[in-house]
Amino acid sequence: MKDLYWEHFPHQADMGVRGVGPTPAAAFEQAALAMTAVVTDPGLVAPSESLEIDCEAPDDELLLADWLNRLILEMAVRHMLFSRFEVVLDGHRLHATVWGEHVDVAKHQPAVEIKGATYTELKVSRTEAGSWLAQCIVDV
Amino acid sequence: MDISQLERVSDYEWRIAPFGRMRVPAVIYADQALILEMDQKVYEQVTNVATLPGIVKAAYAMPDAHWGYGFPIGGVAAFDPDEGGVISAGGVGFDISCGVRTLHTGLKAEDVAPIKQKLADRLFSKVPAGVGSTGRLHLDEAEMDKMLRGGAQWAVKRGYGTEADLERTEEHGCMAGAEPDKVSEHAKRRQRDEVGTLGSGNHYLELQEIAEIYDSEVADRFRLRQGEIVVSIHCGSRGLGHQIGTEFLKQMAIAAAKYGIQLPDRELACAPITSPLGQDYLGAMRAAVNCALANRQVITHLTREVFAEILSGTPLTLLYDVSHNTCKQESHTVDGQSRRLYVHRKGATRAFGPGHPALPGDLRDVGQPVLIGGSMGTASYILVGTEQGMERSFGSACHGAGRAMSRHQAMRQWHGSDLVRDLASRGILIRSPSLRGVAEEAPGAYKDVSAVVDASDRAGLARKVAKLTPLACIKG
Repeated sequence: MKDLYWEHFPHQADMGVRGVGPTPAAAFEQAALAMTAVVTDPGLVAPSESLEIDCEAPDDELLLADWLNRLILEMAVRHMLFSRFEVVLDGHRLHATVWGEHVDVAKHQPAVEIKGATYTELKVSRTEAGSWLAQCIVDV
Repeated sequence: MDISQLERVSDYEWRIAPFGRMRVPAVIYADQALILEMDQKVYEQVTNVATLPGIVKAAYAMPDAHWGYGFPIGGVAAFDPDEGGVISAGGVGFDISCGVRTLHTGLKAEDVAPIKQKLADRLFSKVPAGVGSTGRLHLDEAEMDKMLRGGAQWAVKRGYGTEADLERTEEHGCMAGAEPDKVSEHAKRRQRDEVGTLGSGNHYLELQEIAEIYDSEVADRFRLRQGEIVVSIHCGSRGLGHQIGTEFLKQMAIAAAKYGIQLPDRELACAPITSPLGQDYLGAMRAAVNCALANRQVITHLTREVFAEILSGTPLTLLYDVSHNTCKQESHTVDGQSRRLYVHRKGATRAFGPGHPALPGDLRDVGQPVLIGGSMGTASYILVGTEQGMERSFGSACHGAGRAMSRHQAMRQWHGSDLVRDLASRGILIRSPSLRGVAEEAPGAYKDVSAVVDASDRAGLARKVAKLTPLACIKG
């Protein structure tokens, strides 16, 4: 499907993550996948364990940064990687279920640890084609 | 960068006169070639920094400046609290107190050659590196707070080092004013198992040979002798610092309007130094500085254990430990007047000149060792702080090569296994859990560190003392 995808975009020191989808929630899910792809191939991460995430922010953009930062926190403290995301947005409130597995260095060959999602190139907007885009630079 | 937008002050200093909402000029220290290579975003960011309240003299960009977050990486700015000056979480960055320490081994290259492989393998197995790695220490709540208050002094008390190490560490190993209470539970949770770990990205532990001496008098005082081996450790405050950066960035971005601060870029999120939020951040950031100092101290201990195992009777002594992502309260003379300022250094190394009271007693008359890390497989440098640097950049210099190419491009251009092989054929051993990580950190993805260091030297920010070349590199 053309209007549901993720991609990376360049930043001189770090990496840009971008999700595109038919709804803001879908774009948030794709952005999360793009972030996993900074660390490893998401196809290598089995969705065997799940957890719930809730966050809230004053606007869509800060909410995107919050969502990615919560995932970064969970990745760090649980030593996990995530590959499946279900996001529900209610105004500037987010509820998500995410699935993934524990880091296995031999299997995942994690390239780099993500320090944080930044406000640089932070954007949640509608594209000309009518889909939603969610993006920012992550500091690695 | 479009050089026509800059006013040339000298071959190594370029100025942007205030325009728009800029309160002070912006100054870039670099030669023409480095300026032309710089991203246009550096221009945008350094001029944005110049708009912040209470900024003193100028917003500075070091020769290795590149596109950062809010501040350019390689950015320096000082703020006066009495003039509404601000403190910015973005101006310190996510990796609070990331820095470098260098240890003397007293060994010669020929002593190390036969055991280089073994040293690299043992260091790689002993010093946790890379995603998901955990340290030997697991801190409970009470111990975490002690670490956040005590820094490297805490580590030394626990048996990870000596009093002599503290003497050669910035802040004597312990940043005053740390407030563990201002550090969130999330940040502490992120650090629980991460003390004594290298992390990933551009962080490393490297075995290096002193390849060249530029200033023999200072090199003697620093005990740097050509052909001798040193160990350099580059890492920061790990997950704790990252989490503090994340949380305060959000709080400051939201609160800026309340403080009447117009942010040209949300990433420049800041709060008045004297505000409750500014003070909370200071307390938390200082705790993260201690976390970084403790971290490098514990890694030093692990390194010593490896050397003791392989070459007993090799005392590793500390040359110096200095950070390049901080905000510190310092006294600086501005227009003949001494002022207490909050100096942000984002990807810029503190470089205090001779006579500064913060320097270790036995080095005070010489100046501060300024440790500049290269990229994997390239040279590193040791410089010394100068009096000129105190005037030109609030006692700051470059911090490393700075990236020339994104990770994305690097990953497409190089294969990790080829790089490891090529570097091995040049006598440089790479040990890393991730070949993709190695590709992203390819030496070719960085600017020429020698050009950056030469520009720092010629701009008078710090003076070149010695060049170090890598023999083995442990990467996260």
